[in-house]
Amino acid sequence: MLVGLGRGGQQRCTADVCIGLVFDVGGLGDKSFNDAAHRGLLRAKEELGIGFRYVEPGDGSDRESALRQLALEGNQLVIGVGFIFSDDIRNLAEEFPDTKFACIDYSATPGAEVPSNLSGLRFREHEGSFLVGALAALKSESKSVGFVGGMDIPLIHKFEAGYEAGVKHVCPECEVLSTYAGTKPEAFSDPIAGKELSLAQYNRGADVIFHAAGKTGTGVFNAAKSKGKWAIGVDSDQFDDMPCCILTSMVKKVDIAVFETVRDLVQGTFEGGVREFGLAEQGVDYVFDDNNRDRIPSEIRARVEAIRQGVIDGTIKVPSK
Amino acid sequence: MSDVFGAVFSVYFLAQLVRTAAPYVLAALGGTISERSGVVNIALEGKLLVGAFCCAVGAIESGSATVGALCGILGGMVVGWLYGLAVLRFGADQIVSGVAINLLALGLTRYLLKLFYGSTANSPPAPGFGDSVWRNVLLYVVIGLVLAFQFGFRRTRFGLRLRAVGEHPEACETLGLSVLRIRWMAVLIAGGVAGLGGAWLALDNHAFVANMSGGRGYIALAAVIMGSWRPKYVALACLLFASAEALQVVMQVAKVPVPREFVQSLPYILTMVAMAGLIGRSRAPASLGKPHERG
Repeated sequence: MLVGLGRGGQQRCTADVCIGLVFDVGGLGDKSFNDAAHRGLLRAKEELGIGFRYVEPGDGSDRESALRQLALEGNQLVIGVGFIFSDDIRNLAEEFPDTKFACIDYSATPGAEVPSNLSGLRFREHEGSFLVGALAALKSESKSVGFVGGMDIPLIHKFEAGYEAGVKHVCPECEVLSTYAGTKPEAFSDPIAGKELSLAQYNRGADVIFHAAGKTGTGVFNAAKSKGKWAIGVDSDQFDDMPCCILTSMVKKVDIAVFETVRDLVQGTFEGGVREFGLAEQGVDYVFDDNNRDRIPSEIRARVEAIRQGVIDGTIKVPSK
Repeated sequence: MSDVFGAVFSVYFLAQLVRTAAPYVLAALGGTISERSGVVNIALEGKLLVGAFCCAVGAIESGSATVGALCGILGGMVVGWLYGLAVLRFGADQIVSGVAINLLALGLTRYLLKLFYGSTANSPPAPGFGDSVWRNVLLYVVIGLVLAFQFGFRRTRFGLRLRAVGEHPEACETLGLSVLRIRWMAVLIAGGVAGLGGAWLALDNHAFVANMSGGRGYIALAAVIMGSWRPKYVALACLLFASAEALQVVMQVAKVPVPREFVQSLPYILTMVAMAGLIGRSRAPASLGKPHERG
């Protein structure tokens, strides 16, 4: 398959610092991950004067060649958006020792060493999920809340584990119903399955459902609307997807991770190794703004904020599996 | 376990079963008519996806779910026409062309989604036929289609010709029947019906989502074989697959440990059992997959 280079009238980079970025499947316009990474670059362009260009690979396995192309072009930093790049980017970092690399959701083969020119950016999703779990339990009237995962993999188990621990932290007697859409990658793009899983949970008594299921989550929101119950979004603020029924969203600040990595490069403080973004680094959070202020009463807000402080201080331990 | 029984014998479960089965039935009916005429239909997945996309666009632009459903049918027929062009007009390999159509549908819908709505993930919200499946007019269209196919195959002239063309095209040609014309009709009807299956998905979800067919076309194909190319058995096979899926959801929520991998491979396991002749006799139309050379 062809690599779609030079889309959107991108010009050759003439700035002092040039960044190359390869998007994950879905590409620009996914309203989530990829768009957030793009926002980070735009901010860096504005505030730091860098130049960048990006590649949107197809569904095939041409990700490695897109990364290689950007490294060969002489970009100082090459970024891959998504865990799927982990192993390719690690190999390329060894092959191009003078180029810096970064990977969002970095998760290479366990035990593999991280080269000094590679920054593996990871999020402590379980911490953000812990907060929305506590929020869901405090908001629930039926003492029963739900979780809908996409593909049944360790990355999503992190969300589930944090969420369940958050629920039990404020309400030990609350029930957590937990389901997954499937065991194949399609489980992240199956809203019909997401709707059936959520309806079954709502029918069993759950009144708040948190999803970590990508586009399958659209089905969760549809179910919330038809039952008049709450749903919690993920990755980015999903309020606009279903304004009636989104209590909040657990957001991963991919834009901040990208921006800070670029800033480190510009300031000459780029460091290799795994870098984690949790509550303390403001890399994960839950949405609380004018859209949902009236859905989260102040006593619930205060309680959740106290828990946030506890997690940052280390007085509350959040499990990740 | 009693939780599961309680949940299964409920109105919710029945509605869930019907919602899950309907797109399978539509796609599988399309597969049945095409295959009975002797044309393999591996492109069902692509027809579902394009049907869903066209339905969403039609419904969003017009604000009417009915217009959306009609657009879905039309979209499926266009894919059917393209497939017919490849395998009937040019005699291309049916399996290869079918796979090509599926890949094309995946890329094209995503491209158009971005072009129309500036997103690679999902379309804006579309209207639907309401939350109750029992008041969904499409449900009665599905039931009507199953009856029409069952009756039409056995009792009408077109049905008889369709089956004859699938079994022995040379004999039909000798009798003055145009094999290609009948196959063209079958392929176009198949596209329309499968396109309506895609429309069901889009209307049920109130939006198009990239790759939302999620392999349902292949499960429908398995149902065609399992139901030995006879509409009423094909529909029953769809119900069987859908009930396994619905049961899996109920058991997950009730925290009964079931290996999801097993439930998801169930349609294929049952199909192989059916092919091995363990449940009745499943025999494919004799000329299935062979291009017809006009004599």
